Amino acid sequence: MPEALIYELSSPGRFAVALPESDVPNTPPPDGLEREDLPLPEISELDLVRHFVRLSQYNHSIDTGFYPLGSCTMKYNPKINEVAARMPGFAFAHPLQDEEISQGNLAIMYELQEWLMEIGGFAGISLQPAAGAHGELTGLLIIGNYHRDRGDFARTKMLIPDSAHGTNPASTTMAGLELIELPSDERGNIDLEKLHAVCDDSLAGLMLTNPNTLGLFEEHVQEVAQLVHDCGGLMYGDGANMNPLLGIVRPGELGFDVLHFNLHKTFSTPHGGGGPGSGPVGVAQHLVDFLPAPIVDIVEPGDEEIPTFGLVTPQKSIGRMKTFHGHFGMHVRAYTYMRMQGKSGIRAIADHAVLNANYLRVRLRDAYKIPYDRVCMHEFVMEGKWPDTPDIHALDISKRIMDFGFHPPTNYFPLIVNEALMIEPTETESKETLDAFVEAMLIIAEEARSSPETLRSAPHTTPFGRMDEVKAARELILCCRPAYIPKA
Amino acid sequence: MDYPEDLRYTTNDEWLRVDGEFAVTGVSDYAQDQLSDVVYVEVTAAIGETLAKGDAFGMVESVKAAADLYMPVSGTLTEVNEALSETPELVNMEPYTSAWIIKYQITDPSQVDDLMDSAAYVTHLKGKNS
Amino acid sequence: MAYIPHTEKDRQEMLDVIGVQRIEDLYEAIPQDVRFPDLDLPPALSEMEILEELQAYAEANVETRHFNYFLGAGAYNHFIPSVVDHMLLRSEFYTAYTPYQPEISQGTLQVIFEYQSLIANLTGMDVSNASHYDGSTALAEAVILALHQHRFKREKVILSPGIHPQFRHVVRTYLQGLNLEIVGDENLDNGQENLQSMIDDDTTLVAVQYPDFLGRIYDFSSFGEAVHTAGALFCVVVNPLALGYLKPPSEFGADVVVGEGQPLGIPLSFGGPYLGIFATLDRYVRKMAGRLAGETEDSRGQRGYVLTLTPREQHIRRQRATSNICTNQGLIALASTVYMSAMGKHGLRQVAELCYQKAHYAAAEIDSLKGYRLWNSDPFFNEFVISCSHPVAEINDYLLDREIVGGFDLGRAYENLKDHMLLAVTELNSKDQIDALVSALKEFDHA
Repeated sequence: MPEALIYELSSPGRFAVALPESDVPNTPPPDGLEREDLPLPEISELDLVRHFVRLSQYNHSIDTGFYPLGSCTMKYNPKINEVAARMPGFAFAHPLQDEEISQGNLAIMYELQEWLMEIGGFAGISLQPAAGAHGELTGLLIIGNYHRDRGDFARTKMLIPDSAHGTNPASTTMAGLELIELPSDERGNIDLEKLHAVCDDSLAGLMLTNPNTLGLFEEHVQEVAQLVHDCGGLMYGDGANMNPLLGIVRPGELGFDVLHFNLHKTFSTPHGGGGPGSGPVGVAQHLVDFLPAPIVDIVEPGDEEIPTFGLVTPQKSIGRMKTFHGHFGMHVRAYTYMRMQGKSGIRAIADHAVLNANYLRVRLRDAYKIPYDRVCMHEFVMEGKWPDTPDIHALDISKRIMDFGFHPPTNYFPLIVNEALMIEPTETESKETLDAFVEAMLIIAEEARSSPETLRSAPHTTPFGRMDEVKAARELILCCRPAYIPKA
Repeated sequence: MDYPEDLRYTTNDEWLRVDGEFAVTGVSDYAQDQLSDVVYVEVTAAIGETLAKGDAFGMVESVKAAADLYMPVSGTLTEVNEALSETPELVNMEPYTSAWIIKYQITDPSQVDDLMDSAAYVTHLKGKNS
Repeated sequence: MAYIPHTEKDRQEMLDVIGVQRIEDLYEAIPQDVRFPDLDLPPALSEMEILEELQAYAEANVETRHFNYFLGAGAYNHFIPSVVDHMLLRSEFYTAYTPYQPEISQGTLQVIFEYQSLIANLTGMDVSNASHYDGSTALAEAVILALHQHRFKREKVILSPGIHPQFRHVVRTYLQGLNLEIVGDENLDNGQENLQSMIDDDTTLVAVQYPDFLGRIYDFSSFGEAVHTAGALFCVVVNPLALGYLKPPSEFGADVVVGEGQPLGIPLSFGGPYLGIFATLDRYVRKMAGRLAGETEDSRGQRGYVLTLTPREQHIRRQRATSNICTNQGLIALASTVYMSAMGKHGLRQVAELCYQKAHYAAAEIDSLKGYRLWNSDPFFNEFVISCSHPVAEINDYLLDREIVGGFDLGRAYENLKDHMLLAVTELNSKDQIDALVSALKEFDHA
């Protein structure tokens, strides 16, 4: 049964929070600017709590069950991260308070910077970008500024593979660059010949996700980097798929000049139902001066081992990508996670992510078509359709998976696979969970033939059925008003 | 799928009907099928505005896609189909009749001959899908 | 190996199924010359050990639990009711993903819909999106909306100098790839009249802040009319908490309302994550970036919510998307929704009024001190500027020894405001705290 809306639970005169009376002399309200009516809810604390708790129970989450969303890295979100982020020194410090009274926070940021650079193979990094897409725009602006700083104003083109995530072309447009799409070859790699044909001195760079969105490590990545660098372009790396590279290879050593990390994917900070994320951007030496400001650096070496940290502005900084320093609450969580993994743990993450993904791939390959069936990294893509069941689509399979208590894999992405289902188990799932998922997928493959209607009308056991998206888009209802406000 | 023979077609799946000096344009049956349920039609050009062949004049949106619309030939906009703001689903139901999108005065009639006829469009679509 | 459940037996069985000997064999595609680097990272710590380490870092900071803060300038120390954090700790909220599968995400979706509703109602606008990263990026997105509205035929943006300096910096950084003329904020004295004279038919958007960075509040009704007469869009940057007490910007004719939502139940957290508020009128809804939850029905006839108008977004329109934004601030939007609901119609009004009253008390007391003067007599909400007889840094050092964190040194943001301090007062500053601040300032001046 659906939960009422907060306004529907309101009743005039009710309140949850009481505040003390004013303890200062009264000042009259500002002339002509006082608000007459404030249409917010009037609800008691218990009703409020019940409302949100009941709502939460309608969600699937990592803490409820398996969540194999390709490209999202839905790994376990450690509870210690939440404890850490809530420590008063972290949670209640003001971003503009003097640096000398913020040394603990600056130290955390500095260490995180150092570790991410080490893992990525980079000479500089900014923790400021708020999310992956934000990091992309940052990286593209860095690339553009680098070229212009060298007096080269002709470089206006950015190459992007056809398998790229939608944020890549969107960020390119926002950065004022022209997009050229690059086709993939039959093995899912960049087509080197086609790349060679477009490498000229109008090229600003190439944006590459490696492993790519098919979960495959780009087999000629060093040649790709060489070709791009030879014609004067730079390599941008989308680090969304960093999980299987931790301790295995450093993007900086593969030829990437700039790369964004996703702390909310690789480094276990929670997805929160859509955010907040955090997208630090690492750069090679020649781009260090262009990072967005501010970054954390040692401003005084200090006598004993403890240096003094401060916020500095790189010499040729592209500017500022958001207010203050970035998502510090996420920095603390990522720091905590990395500190608990340590050197050996970091490598183990990649090993088990790759192990889990290949295990699923091999166990599902007979029942489902895997168009690029070679050893994958942390994820793989299979087709959600069969030639003998033309009425069954990836969507139907996904909806049926929910009846087994799992979240479906990513649907319809990447665009180069028809009816794609992208599966990323992550390293925090046990063999038992993976086996249960395989069982369910095999049953569904069987049901597609024996009782296709079960799939087409799925899900059956979830609190809600399929939503009418057409109705939502045609009759746009985007907010509700309290009952006493007349409808427009 | 239906591709009336009295119409001309573009590679972007718009159709054109000539009506003396004027033309009428909408999207083809193939287009509406690809888009599936249309939820919104937007014309960004203004009445009286002259657009060149290939200029964007609007967009058709469904729940899963948003397709830009381009002028099949150069023309000056005279009328926009207001019915589509109330009932965008007409594009799915009657793409060639009640779901016309714009009417305009043709600037260069010779451009009409460059467009595909019904048979050529059908062949073009077959090539697309193989 | 924290959080990795595999035993040696598990690994062996899985490797057998895959058909390789060792996990290393799965990395054939990685170039040998750079494979398996020796990373310079510290050894792993257990949970027990890390708590001690984190505690030490955390305690190496001054924070609001132990010091009295009068520092604002875009981030504020407000009371956060206990229910907020408890809802954020619900696993199903914080470990869930973006609600792309609505059947199992109605919790998140309905929260987004409620958030949108509360923000629309608070700002007086027709519709709100599911949030942007922060107030500054929301302002950048407002400019992008205006550019699209005018189909890139107008390329001049007017920003009031009263807008937060970092917001204006972000707008310039964000949009440097587009060739825009961004003016208006060259001179702090550019008030409504000056700004109005700059508006022409190349202007796409004019933005002001309310209350502004220096705390001042103005009626923008006739200003809004002037913007519209020129065919441009009017954007008002707000402090949403102030809207509990002040007229909403819809009454000035705002086309877009943006702002930093941190005051609505979000901890200071050394600068983030915060919340970008973005609300607008119905006619711009299809040009609005960001996620949107819409009401609909499911196959069983139940009311439900779903992400809608998604073709505007990056994952479908790709390079023709209105923006590249992928995330909203999810959990932070949830926090503000719980806050706005918990405070409600009466509480939010009360909080805002307390801020106003206490700030005016503080301003009057400080103004009466020798060596300090209220810089401006315009109406203000909960922040005000004091001209001092000594550098602000020195005053703040003195205050710090008395466990007070003083106001923002305006010399850092505006050339001609050296020795001026921006002080913020909230409901958490008791009269005693304010009196202690006043005494300390008085003592400093004597010394």
